[in-house]
Amino acid sequence: MQRSFIAKNPSVLVFLAILALFTLLVTVMSEGFGVGGISTSFIKTLGKTLCLCLIALAMDVIWGYTGILSLGHFAFFGLGGYMIGMWLMYERTRLIVVDSLAQAEIPPTDGEVIDAVGNQIFGVVGSSEFPLIWAFADSLVIQLILVVFVPGILALVFGWLAFRSRVTGVYLSILTQAMTLALALYLFQNDSGLRGNNGLSGLQNLPGVTASQDYVSLWFFWASAAALGGGYVLCAWLVSGKFGSVLRAIRDNEARVRFLGYSVEMYKLVIFTLTACIAAVAGALYYPQAGIINPAEIAPIASIYLAVWVAIGGRGRLYGAIIGAAFVSLLSTWFTGGQAPDINLGFYTVKWVDWWLVLLGLSFVLVTLFAPKGIGGLIDLYTERRSPSRHGADLGPDDGALREQEASQ
Amino acid sequence: MRQIFLAGLAFLAACLISPDRAQAQDAAIQPILQEHQALIVKSSRKTIGPAIDAVASSGLPQAQTVLEVWAAKNMWQRKEDGLFFIGEKIDSKTYALTDFDSGETVGEFPKKELKQLKPNSGIRALIGTALVQFQLSDPDIEARKAALLSIERDPEASLLAPLRASIDGEPDAALKAQKQRLERLLTIGYDTDETARLSAIADMSGDLGVDVRATLNPLLTTTREVAAGAVPEGANVAQILHPGQDSFDKITAYDLLADKGIAPARVTSDDIRLALGEHIEGGSVGGVPVATLHTQAARLKAYTVLAAEGEVPTYVDEAAIDSALKVNVFFDAYAEPSKSVTDAAAKALKDIELKVGLNQTLDLTLDALSLASIYFLAAIGLAITFGVMGVINMAHGEFIMMGAYTGYVVQQFIPDHTVSIIVAIPTAFAVTFAAGVAMERLVIRWLQARPLETLLATFGISIALQQLAKNIFGTQARPLTAPGWLDGAWVMNDVVSISYIRIAIFILALIFLGIFLYIMKRTRLGLETRAVTQNPRMAASMGINPDKVNMLTFGLGSGIAGIAGVAIGLFAKVTSELGSDYIVQSFMTVVVGGVGNIWGTLAGAAMIGFLQKGIEWMNPSNTLAAQTYMIIFIIIFIQFRPRGIIALKGRAAGE
Repeated sequence: MQRSFIAKNPSVLVFLAILALFTLLVTVMSEGFGVGGISTSFIKTLGKTLCLCLIALAMDVIWGYTGILSLGHFAFFGLGGYMIGMWLMYERTRLIVVDSLAQAEIPPTDGEVIDAVGNQIFGVVGSSEFPLIWAFADSLVIQLILVVFVPGILALVFGWLAFRSRVTGVYLSILTQAMTLALALYLFQNDSGLRGNNGLSGLQNLPGVTASQDYVSLWFFWASAAALGGGYVLCAWLVSGKFGSVLRAIRDNEARVRFLGYSVEMYKLVIFTLTACIAAVAGALYYPQAGIINPAEIAPIASIYLAVWVAIGGRGRLYGAIIGAAFVSLLSTWFTGGQAPDINLGFYTVKWVDWWLVLLGLSFVLVTLFAPKGIGGLIDLYTERRSPSRHGADLGPDDGALREQEASQ
Repeated sequence: MRQIFLAGLAFLAACLISPDRAQAQDAAIQPILQEHQALIVKSSRKTIGPAIDAVASSGLPQAQTVLEVWAAKNMWQRKEDGLFFIGEKIDSKTYALTDFDSGETVGEFPKKELKQLKPNSGIRALIGTALVQFQLSDPDIEARKAALLSIERDPEASLLAPLRASIDGEPDAALKAQKQRLERLLTIGYDTDETARLSAIADMSGDLGVDVRATLNPLLTTTREVAAGAVPEGANVAQILHPGQDSFDKITAYDLLADKGIAPARVTSDDIRLALGEHIEGGSVGGVPVATLHTQAARLKAYTVLAAEGEVPTYVDEAAIDSALKVNVFFDAYAEPSKSVTDAAAKALKDIELKVGLNQTLDLTLDALSLASIYFLAAIGLAITFGVMGVINMAHGEFIMMGAYTGYVVQQFIPDHTVSIIVAIPTAFAVTFAAGVAMERLVIRWLQARPLETLLATFGISIALQQLAKNIFGTQARPLTAPGWLDGAWVMNDVVSISYIRIAIFILALIFLGIFLYIMKRTRLGLETRAVTQNPRMAASMGINPDKVNMLTFGLGSGIAGIAGVAIGLFAKVTSELGSDYIVQSFMTVVVGGVGNIWGTLAGAAMIGFLQKGIEWMNPSNTLAAQTYMIIFIIIFIQFRPRGIIALKGRAAGE
């Protein structure tokens, strides 16, 4: 029975409708185009959250559907941010430098402009030469291609090495974590060519754009929403077809799929690289809204939080990842921002800034133990889709997976 | 203060002895002082030299007293006749004067009839140098040691003679050896006789001391010289340079010429820009419109016009640079004129470098061993839980941290460091054992057969524990002080040394290896654990309770982490991030070493320790790069041995 894509994935329409409504609502309430009920900084937070939802989506495809717990996707996210950040920083500095050199009596040569830009950008790390990796920083088009290309190549090489030698399970998780750590440590060096621990800054200013941040933040918000919508459709299409069936089969029993004649390594490599590219796009949209990127963003802990979001939201379903990322990251902002009211117990005052992480850690353990489906499991109550009775037998290697329902689709 | 005291002692001694001596030698220091009266009274650092030299070289026994009294600001001049005396305060207005030569008190004088000599710090330093020859033969060994130290810090040619003179009379053997060594070094640096220097260099070659290298290196300092035509006679040439080769580029060479005034200075692009800016006339420079000056070629054209008009210096083009370089020869010349000395010094330094290199390798090996034992300690608990239960415990780092904080808390109650460490080790074991058992009971048991979820759940515990530690102990580092007998380091020579704490950790790691092997091979628990590791279902059907075994092994692994925490806390700062600093390396150790085998963990720890130190040695300025390269190496290593160095074989190796 051949059903249409939408019929197979009713969540796509619902999600797109909600996303469109949300975007419209935020636009109407914004300071730039609407009545001004939502501050510009909160619009940036919402835009960043959409980007985090996008990378959570990628994480869900690689973990929830393919069963590879990658603790390295934030490395791709950060690399995407670095790639776009290089152009933003170079171009903005160049405009400033050209402006200031125009005051001189003699018009500057191209070489002088480049030297001055180099001095401005790399002065903090005691250098003024442009490293080789900045060769294309003057071209927006090339840097935009590199946003996808550089993390994609890294994922391809790493994935090829890892999958080829049949590293699986926790070994692979640890290995991806090591890769992230290596990248972060490398970027922390001053001579890495990306300004060491200073990172790239001033990314919120678009070169040559004079509009205020009220408008710029909305542009990025729209772009993030569009990327998330597109990403959702892409991921839903990926996991609903034959390709998706093979991915789920690899998750549930890799050896059996290999015996059936599928090239498991190839499937894994493709999905690993593809999700890395999605993560990179999310990063490229995230960091211009954050305004600054530095190697601390890539630290292994960030990727683990990503796994936490997806697990709390409910993995194995795309909307679960989005719910998790949005819910936990917004809640985290609320708690650590000092907005949550303190609780006075009489003998001790619970300050949420201090106790939020304890709460998050413990609730994460509880979710893993008692609600492996995560928040997304609540949707099942509404749609009345329950796990089929297995007469007490185990659901399989992955409780969060919806194998029975998926089979019936 | 001490100096004054010593001066007083010397003065007393002088008082007792000098009458006889004065009569015997019949020579007085007062005339010498009088001869230089004007200089002494003027008291200026620049002119005082001859006066001090005259006193010091007088050969009189009183000279030392005079210098000491002078430096201690106890020398007074009687205004009526200008004679110098030792002044001693009777009361605020009156001073008793003592004659330098006779040692007898001349009488008491009111202060206004006297003038105190107050040498400034510069002069006192000069006096101090002059005093060295006396101090080198001082009866007090401390004074001799101090004198030797001051020579070591501030060697001078003038000190060589007094040092040599004092060697024969030195009663203390150790000090005599030290004096002889210093004499050799001073000979290398300052002797005028070339053969003496050569023999001294030969004596000292192969010595590892930093001071030897510090003496030899200045001999080999070179200056970059340039001469027209050929190398001048008498220059001690280290190396002849060819512009454009061996990282000596033409621009540098030409700039050297310009610096020496042999060739006109190069006109840089900055110079051109400035010169053009100064000569703008009606929107153009030298006939070239200003707006078109945004290329180097246009600027050069305008500049050439200006130069032709004589407004600016001529532009030095490539051809001019080449021709100027051709007629001159560039070379590095030693400041030291004698070629045989520089050759000998270079050879001696080369010998020393080789020896230093060997010793550094040894030192590096010791460092690597110590690092490996730390990683072993940190990873062994992880290896147990991973090997036996297939569970990755992300909270392992936090158990290490818990152990370190336990040590800190114990130290708050037991002030004696030795006792507190002895108490802390079992306490830390007990605390983390309990925590591990609780975690296994409450969380891990329910997630069996789902390793990825266990990884995440234990990570949740790790976040919570880390933040909890932050809330309780604050973010600043807490001290966990090692007992006094662990302070210091075992020093083999100037290059090889290792601190006692690191040796203790190495021994601790060995002890743990022994205990672990004993438990695994000789006890009931070990037998059951090995059975469960190989096949839990089969073990269960043999009457072994896998739940109990799992619980105990998890507790054991956690407990060892706690003890590792105490050990690590002794040399690292105890913070809430202590554990996460070691966790990735611990994972690496387990993964590289291979799961389920203690020897694998040992091999993994050794490999990672040696690798990290090795990479750090290649690029010592950058530990970050070292870690990066190490991780990349491990990722590649996993390609070739996916199951680690020592992989389990047979059924146990299954999923």
